[in-house]
Amino acid sequence: MAENHAMTPHALAHHFDSLDQQREAGTLGMWVFLITEIMFFGGLFLTYILYRSKFPHEFVAGSHALDIRLGAFNTAVLIGSSLTMALAVYYSQVGSRRLLVTYLTLTMLLGLVFLGVKGIEYTEKFEHHHFPGADFQWEDPAQAPALDGNPGAGKVDGRHVEMFYWIYFAMTGLHALHMIIGAGLIAVLIVLAVRGRFTAEYHMPVEITGLYWHFVDIVWIFLFPLLYLIGRHE
Amino acid sequence: MYFAIFFALIALTAVTVTISFFDLGRLNAVVALTIAVFKATLVILYFMHLRYSSRLTQVVVAAGVGWLFIMIALTLSDYLTRSWL
Repeated sequence: MAENHAMTPHALAHHFDSLDQQREAGTLGMWVFLITEIMFFGGLFLTYILYRSKFPHEFVAGSHALDIRLGAFNTAVLIGSSLTMALAVYYSQVGSRRLLVTYLTLTMLLGLVFLGVKGIEYTEKFEHHHFPGADFQWEDPAQAPALDGNPGAGKVDGRHVEMFYWIYFAMTGLHALHMIIGAGLIAVLIVLAVRGRFTAEYHMPVEITGLYWHFVDIVWIFLFPLLYLIGRHE
Repeated sequence: MYFAIFFALIALTAVTVTISFFDLGRLNAVVALTIAVFKATLVILYFMHLRYSSRLTQVVVAAGVGWLFIMIALTLSDYLTRSWL
């Protein structure tokens, strides 16, 4: 008992020899989980590549209908939230409870801003009948020709544009689900941090959630150019 | 340090958005993805501390990414060489 008094209660789980070993095991375990995430997002990226190579004109047309300004704004928001998350992890390591709570809250707010903008984008897609399914409509390209020099106009098959939107909604939807889970995890961390559960010795949950949050950021770093940017030209 | 990475990521985003307004043919996709890979690498190395992680963690991450490339490369080598499908 006596040797534990210097340490925060429960900082070191009994099946680890040292805090370093515990930290190492936690980090490695989280990365293994993230690799399974890379694999299933990877399957979706592969789907995107295959259908894009099959229907290049339709993907260009679909991509043109996305708002590049909202996409770029959201990219900046998410990068900002990664910065605040990295700072939160840093302040958990040095044991500053006040700054830890501040930066966790900022991270969660930025995440909610991202989801709000995504909601605006989704709403607009539903209003224009761009959500795939029975309601899907794609206006005849002959009536809406050459969107700023879009060379794909005039030979676009609406059913294949629908495929673009399937992939768009599947990938951004799954990404948004990860954001919602991440925001929920951070909310729990904020409560725990306010109660003083984290110290300079024990802050593993903050680090692990940080890894998860940055991973979700990375997924968006690829989604943004693939869905919004590279379809602007052939 | 974290702020430097943050500004680099924002700057790269601005660059990739700007470039997307110019028609470079196939290079558009190449440039956009190169910048995306570079940004992801910055996040992984510095925000996720992989640069300072143990060798074991680094190898695990490299293996995971390597497997992703194997999956993409082998699938494409099939689809892109059978144009009748």
